Amino acid sequence: MAATTETVEQVRAVTEQKYKYGFTTDIESDVAPKGLNEDIVRFISAKKEEPEWLLEWRLKAFRVWQEMEEPRHWAKLSFPPIDYQDAHYYAAPKMKDRPKSLDEVDPELLKTYEKLGIPLREQEILAGVEGAEGKSPAIAVDAVFDSVSVATTFKAKLEEMGIIFCAISEAVHKCPELVQKYLGSVVPYTDNFYATLNCAVFTDGSFVYIPKGVRCPMELSTYFRINQANTGQFERTLIIADEGSYVSYLEGCTAPQRDENQLHAAVVELVALDDAQIKYSTVQNWYPGNAEGVGGIYNFVTKRGACRGRNSKISWTQVETGSAITWKYPSCILQGDNSVGEFYSVAITNNFQQADTGTKMIHIGKNTRSTIVSKGISAGRAQQTYRGLVKILPKAEGARNHTQCDSLLIGDQCGAHTVPYIENRNRTARVEHEATTAKISEDQLFYCRQRGLSEEDAVSLIVNGFCKEVLKELPMEFAVEAQKLVGISLEGSVG
Amino acid sequence: MIEIKNLHATVDGKEILKGIDLTINPGEVHAIMGPNGSGKSTLSYVLAGRDGYEITEGSVSFFGKDLLEMEPEERAAAGLFLAFQYPVEIPGVANTTFLKSALNAIRKQRGEPELDAMQFLKLVREKTKALSMTDEMLKRAVNVGFSGGEKKRNETLQMAVLQPKFAILDETDSGLDIDALKIVAEGVNALRSPERSMLVITHYQRLLDYIVPDHVHVLAFGKIQRSGGKELALELEKNGYAEFGVNEAA
Repeated sequence: MAATTETVEQVRAVTEQKYKYGFTTDIESDVAPKGLNEDIVRFISAKKEEPEWLLEWRLKAFRVWQEMEEPRHWAKLSFPPIDYQDAHYYAAPKMKDRPKSLDEVDPELLKTYEKLGIPLREQEILAGVEGAEGKSPAIAVDAVFDSVSVATTFKAKLEEMGIIFCAISEAVHKCPELVQKYLGSVVPYTDNFYATLNCAVFTDGSFVYIPKGVRCPMELSTYFRINQANTGQFERTLIIADEGSYVSYLEGCTAPQRDENQLHAAVVELVALDDAQIKYSTVQNWYPGNAEGVGGIYNFVTKRGACRGRNSKISWTQVETGSAITWKYPSCILQGDNSVGEFYSVAITNNFQQADTGTKMIHIGKNTRSTIVSKGISAGRAQQTYRGLVKILPKAEGARNHTQCDSLLIGDQCGAHTVPYIENRNRTARVEHEATTAKISEDQLFYCRQRGLSEEDAVSLIVNGFCKEVLKELPMEFAVEAQKLVGISLEGSVG
Repeated sequence: MIEIKNLHATVDGKEILKGIDLTINPGEVHAIMGPNGSGKSTLSYVLAGRDGYEITEGSVSFFGKDLLEMEPEERAAAGLFLAFQYPVEIPGVANTTFLKSALNAIRKQRGEPELDAMQFLKLVREKTKALSMTDEMLKRAVNVGFSGGEKKRNETLQMAVLQPKFAILDETDSGLDIDALKIVAEGVNALRSPERSMLVITHYQRLLDYIVPDHVHVLAFGKIQRSGGKELALELEKNGYAEFGVNEAA
């Protein structure tokens, strides 16, 4: 049997090798000087040639942010103070102008995305290669490299249907009225420390608009990559699903392996109007730091969706395996009558990773329904907290919530914590909460190994079973990736 | 095929196996009978390589290799199979997924090509039918919500799919009514072949009416006390384990 020391060695070896996205790309960048002040905010806004209203909005946010404090007191996370002046707030691969086609994009960049397995090349399909389109459901990709969106695929095809899918910096010019109307309408610039910081310095991100009655024919996907050292990434995503429309959106992310911590503070806003449906899936695989807890991404993200219309629906599905620290609560504001909010989450923390994650379901309209399924897996010395709020307001007649919160522990040095907040102010509402905590049993491991599976494959199989309810919510292409990721993230965690 | 010599094993410092000698040749079915606490289950776990047992003396050779040096999954790949007395539940993992992962893990260790989904499905359907199991049972999570009989049939199905060279059946009759016992026994008998040997561990003679052994051994106090042919089982049924100094009345 593997002795303890052997296992420790194994964990070390595996952890250091396993992050296969840890490479850096050697590329010339346009970098703003370190530090954060009004001039930097103006610099970013000028770089993006933004209209006056947006600059004013950024400056308002920046002024509010200066008065704010990091939300350290309530989250179960511990990390050294962050020097917000010691980072670059803008880094962009050098390009003369925004590339008009992929041919104008630096080949180094394209190579990076190729290495990551991100399909940027749509030529094959555009050129009408036989069968290429029917092979698998196509995915339109917006690739964000450091602070800039470098390429968006399938644009023309989507435009035919009136769908707008582009970099948010581009949307500001292309459809300013939509951006102005909805930007900050779900997450206001005063929301919280990290979101407010994002408002001031966000550099790029994706924008999606699905017109009335349109069902988006392909998955839309954004791929985020932090490359530059000492750079924060602050992307901003805004998705609007107009009446009766449907969209499924995927988000993936990676970063090079670096010893210092890097800050990632994104904001995602979703708006679903009458009868509209948005499905938002994330596979978060930022660099988690090494086995000793050095390096890794600080992932402080604000994601919120507003079900504004009647019968609208927003689903969040997340698989969180990366980052040194995850602070993230994708939420739904269920305003429209009969609207539905869903949150399916798998969070895996290994070694010294910390995660404080969950959701908020705010029931405002009548007969609003929400479902929360959270699966937390902790290994090594990781600490993980599920923190969720279910709030039923007085007018939410007949509102219903069901929460299921399961934790799985691997080893005896990790921790799992569940902190559900329930506020019910309507007597006809029904709120249910179930929670379990379990360990992978010796019996299960031995049973699997007796049947020929290695210890690691056994853990992966058992954990995948544990997460199945959530993984099955992911779009097909993502689900396979996610299953593998679950296994990789826990390699070397048993011994 | 398997040669156990003077095997001693302890659990938490307490000696459970006190010198087991047993040789099983290809094609042979041996039964080990013994009262509770005689070391029957310990023997099966030690052979399969479960954690928590310390081998203090002796050796086990399996096709000429040192079995005790191998990891549990290596033993499985070498052809050793243990049908569990209490099959383990794995929530969320479909029975087919589990079986396919197991079969392909073994094939991979042996350097054989893995089966794709279609090939596997064909194979498993065939085996399922023979055990009067339904497709529905294949879709359910491994052993979750299975009745006692279903669990044992499932173990037999796994054995039929994995085609081991040496199978240990640990108290396969426990928790089975007579009809279920017959089905499981039929499944096991169908797997008897000149290349495959079995070690049937049981407390009661009943199972041996259906899976008829070539040799019977009585295990008590951590040692094989007596060996004989199948008639020894009947004798034990009549006289109990009293002659070996075991008082089961308590």
